[in-house]
Amino acid sequence: MTRKSNGLLAALVATGVALGAGACGADKIEAAGGAGGCDTSKGRLVVGVIAPMSGKLSAIGLGIRNSVQLAVEQANASCAVKGYQLAMDAQDDEANPDKGAAAAQRFADDPNVVGIVGSYNSGVARAIQPKIATAKLLQISPGNTDPALTRGADFATAPKRQYDNYFRVVGTDDLQGPFNARYLVEKEGKKKLAIITDGKAVGESMATEFAKEAERLGAQVVIREKVNENDSDFSSVLTKVKGVRPDAIFVGSEYHVAGPLSKQAKDLGLDVPISGNDGLFDPQFIALGGKEGDVATSVGAPIEKLDSGKGFVAAYKKKGFAEGFGGFGSFAYDAANVIVSSVGKVTAKSDWTGAMEQREALIRHVQAYRTDAGANGTIGFDQYGDSVNKMFTVYKVTSGAWKDVLSDRFEAK
Amino acid sequence: MATLAQQLVNGLVLGALIGLIALGYTMVYGIVQLINFAHGEVFMAGAFGAHFAYLRLLPAGTPWYLALPVMTGAAVAVSVAVAVAMERWAYRPLRGAHKLAPLITALGVSILLQEVVRVFYPGATAPLAFPRAFAGGSLTLGPVLVLWTGVLAVVVAPLLATGLHLYVERSRLGRAMRATAQDPDTARLMGIDPDRVVLATFVIGAVLAGAGAVLYGVHYTQIDTAIGFQNGIFAFTAAVLGGIGSIRGAMLGALCIGLVKSLAGQYAWGGAQYDYVWVFVLLILVLMFRPQGFLGRPEGVRA
Repeated sequence: MTRKSNGLLAALVATGVALGAGACGADKIEAAGGAGGCDTSKGRLVVGVIAPMSGKLSAIGLGIRNSVQLAVEQANASCAVKGYQLAMDAQDDEANPDKGAAAAQRFADDPNVVGIVGSYNSGVARAIQPKIATAKLLQISPGNTDPALTRGADFATAPKRQYDNYFRVVGTDDLQGPFNARYLVEKEGKKKLAIITDGKAVGESMATEFAKEAERLGAQVVIREKVNENDSDFSSVLTKVKGVRPDAIFVGSEYHVAGPLSKQAKDLGLDVPISGNDGLFDPQFIALGGKEGDVATSVGAPIEKLDSGKGFVAAYKKKGFAEGFGGFGSFAYDAANVIVSSVGKVTAKSDWTGAMEQREALIRHVQAYRTDAGANGTIGFDQYGDSVNKMFTVYKVTSGAWKDVLSDRFEAK
Repeated sequence: MATLAQQLVNGLVLGALIGLIALGYTMVYGIVQLINFAHGEVFMAGAFGAHFAYLRLLPAGTPWYLALPVMTGAAVAVSVAVAVAMERWAYRPLRGAHKLAPLITALGVSILLQEVVRVFYPGATAPLAFPRAFAGGSLTLGPVLVLWTGVLAVVVAPLLATGLHLYVERSRLGRAMRATAQDPDTARLMGIDPDRVVLATFVIGAVLAGAGAVLYGVHYTQIDTAIGFQNGIFAFTAAVLGGIGSIRGAMLGALCIGLVKSLAGQYAWGGAQYDYVWVFVLLILVLMFRPQGFLGRPEGVRA
C-alpha cells in the first residue's frame, strides 16, 4: 500500500513538474530531433542543464545550453544510447545559487535525469553540490573554476575530494590566475599591479592566486580594492588606484564590471591594461568599454583554432542558433558528450531505472572516461574530479576584438 | 590634493545624476505622501527608450547634437508614459486606502517594470552598451579630468532643478501643487482638481527622470534593467536626507551622497568596499538628529 501510494505520489509530482516545465516557455524540455532511424523504445533520458540564461551572464549561459542541445541531437542522430531518446532540459539559474539549487533538486528527484551539465558560476555549484550528493546525480561543470569545489577549502595544502559525483572539464582559478600573472609579469613586464575584485568568492580566490604568483615573479601588488558589482560608477575607486600608479589592473570579476572599469579608468587618465580571467573573455566586454590592450586568460585554447574543435564549430554554425557558443559552449559540448558516452555504457548492461546503483555506475564510468577527441582535445578527470586538460590561453583586445596571443599548458613551478 | 579634487568632481557628477531622480521621489511624496518606489523604474524605462530611439529610430551615423535631443525626447516620452500609466492604474484606485497599500503596490510595480523590460526588450537580459551620443573626451582642469558628459550632467541637473523650483513657486499649476500638498481637502474646496495635480506631479517627475536617464546613459555608456533600482535607492535616500518634499533638499541630499560615496571610497576605512556603508551611516546620523532631513519641515506640518 505504501509503495503504491509512493508511486502515485511520484506520478503526481512528475506530472506537476511536467506541467510546470510546460507552462514556462523558456523551460521547455527540448526533445531533440534526429531520432528517426534509432530504436527509442525504452523511453527518454534527460540531460539537465543549469546555466545563467538570463541576466548579466546570459551570453555564456545560452552558449552552454545550445552546445548541450547540439551534443544531444548528435547523440540521437547517431543512436549513441541504444534504445533511448535523449532530451535536454535547460534551467535558467540567473547566476543565483538558490535558483540553481532548486533546479538541481528537481533533477535529482527525477529518475529520468541522467546527469547535469552546469553550473557556470562556482557560487551556484556550491549550492547545487549538497542537493544532489545523496542522490548521486552526476554533475559535470563546463565553467566552474573555483578549486575548492573539487579539492576543498584547503585545496593548496590539503586537497581532499569533495563529491564523487562532481566533475569539471575546465582548469581552475588556482592555475588560471597564476597563468595570467606569468603573462603580465614575464611577457608584458608589468611590475606594479593593482587588484580590483567584486568581492564574490570566485573573484577573491582568483585574485589571491594571481597575487601569489605575481609576487613570486618579483612584481608588486600595490593596491587591492573591492567594488560592488551592481555599481556603475567606479570613478572613486579608480581615482584611488590611479594615485598609486600601477602598470596594470587585475580585475577579479566578470565583463559587466570589468568593461565599464576599463573605460572609466581610461577616462580618468589611468590608461593601463585591465587583465582578468575567463569572466572577461566575452565580446560584451569590449562593447561595454574594454579597450585595446586589455587582457583576459581563458581555459582551453581557441576552439576555432584547435583541430579537435573544428567539428564542433562547424556543427554549431550549421544548426544556426540565434546565439554564439560563447566562451564555454565547447566545454558544455564536451561535458554533454561525456554524459552521453557514459550513459551508453551503463544502459548497454541494463535498462535505465534511475536507481542508486546505476547512478553510481555512471559516476564510475565518468571517472574512467578518457578521450583525446573532445572538442577541447583531451577530456578526462583526475582523482579529485578536476580536468586533466590544463590548457589556458591569453587573449588581448586588438582592433576591437579578442585575439589569442598565447596558448600553453600550465605547469606548476 | 589632485586626488581630493578628482574625488570631489567624481562625487559632484554622481550627485547631479542621482539628484534628477531624487526630485521625482520628493515631488510625489510632497503631494500624495507616497514613496513611489517604482520611480527608479521610470528612470530605467527612460534609459531604454533613449537606447531604442538611437538604435531603431535614428539613421546610423547621426551626429550627437541631433541624436541627443531625439534620445532625450524618446526617454522623456517613455518615462512619462510609464509614470502616467502607473499613476492611473496602480495608485489612483488606491487613493484613500491605507498608506501601506500604495507603498506595497509601488514595490510590485517596480518589480513588474524591471521584468517587463528584461523579458521584452531585445538584449535586455544582459547589460547593454549605451550610445556615446555626446562629445567624447574630457575637460582637463590641471590634474583633474572630467568627461564632457560629466560636465553636461553637472550643468544640466541644477538648471532643471532650478527650473522646477521656479515653476512650482511661480506657475498656476505650481500653486495648485503647493496648495494640495498643504491641505488637499481645502485645495479641493477652492476648485483644484486633485487628480490633475497628482498626474502633473508624476509627469514632472518622469520628465526629470527621463532627462536624467539620458545623462546617465551617455556618461556611463552602459544600462541594464537594474539601474533603476540601484540608483533609485540612492535617490530615495537623497530625498530623505535632504528632507522629503523639498526640491532643494533633494538636490542637496544627492550632492551629499555623491560626495560621501566618492570620498569614503578614497579615505574611509575599508575603501570602496564600504562606500555604501558610509552613505547610510550619514543617513542614520542625520535622521537621528534631524529626522525631517536637512531642509524638510518637521512631521505634522505637511510639506
